[in-house]
Amino acid sequence: MSEANAILQGVPYAQFLGMQIELAGDEMTAVLPFSQHIIGNPVLPAIHGGVLGAFMELTALAELLLKEGQARQPRVIDVTIEYLRSGRSLTTFARADIKKVGRRIANVHVEAWQSERAQPIAALRGHFLVTPTS
Amino acid sequence: MSDQPPNMAQTLAQGMSGGSPHAVALGIEVISVDKSGALMKVPYDKKLVGDPSTGVIAGGVVTALLDHCCGSAVHTQMTEYSMIATLDLRIDYMRAAEPGKAIFAKAHCYKITRSVAFVRAVAYDDNPDDPVAAAQAAFMLNTRPAPQLGSGA
Repeated sequence: MSEANAILQGVPYAQFLGMQIELAGDEMTAVLPFSQHIIGNPVLPAIHGGVLGAFMELTALAELLLKEGQARQPRVIDVTIEYLRSGRSLTTFARADIKKVGRRIANVHVEAWQSERAQPIAALRGHFLVTPTS
Repeated sequence: MSDQPPNMAQTLAQGMSGGSPHAVALGIEVISVDKSGALMKVPYDKKLVGDPSTGVIAGGVVTALLDHCCGSAVHTQMTEYSMIATLDLRIDYMRAAEPGKAIFAKAHCYKITRSVAFVRAVAYDDNPDDPVAAAQAAFMLNTRPAPQLGSGA
């Protein structure tokens, strides 16, 4: 198991969602396989908006833990989630971009997509309380 | 709203939660849904923990609960059911939820137009005045069938 997935292994909620992490060099991609229990609207069907928000929040946390080395899990201060397209019954991917890390606060942007990276289904901007180890 | 039975939104909310696999998986319970808004709860569950060192429920659970509750609050202001989609959801996390306690969410749709609805919500464990998180959301409404403009118009 990769170092990255070891991080998620310790988070019961990430396991509950079925989230995984893939690393290509220093580029992390979070992966959320489609499953019945993440459906919000069974008629369409569409992934629950809350699941997409949670998935992107966890992506930001994982990116901070991987790239910045934290004494403890960063705390979420605020997030703004933009829903762009409905989440279909497909695997969802997400990548986080740490815009700035200070001594206490990190600003992170996340984008989630399914079949096409250039057609994101949702985006998140958030502030996190961090505890840098260096 | 006078042509609607008073419990339309409540029935809808219960149907929506019961019919939404993720709401069932989270254990979301609908406590009340009426013109004043929606009140829901997620019981504490170890599988929903975000940080095992503290036992605190993951922020994502609060996100999902608030999103779900805000959606139901929109339905309380609609005259006819139509599908809605979250456009934007902003959440401020004020403090960690207390481990072992259920998390409640209370949402109120304070403005609805033909195509957009605006909602405010709080999540708390004991006291709504000491929230765990606060949310502000905007929803896109289906243009067909169109709801009335304003809650009492």
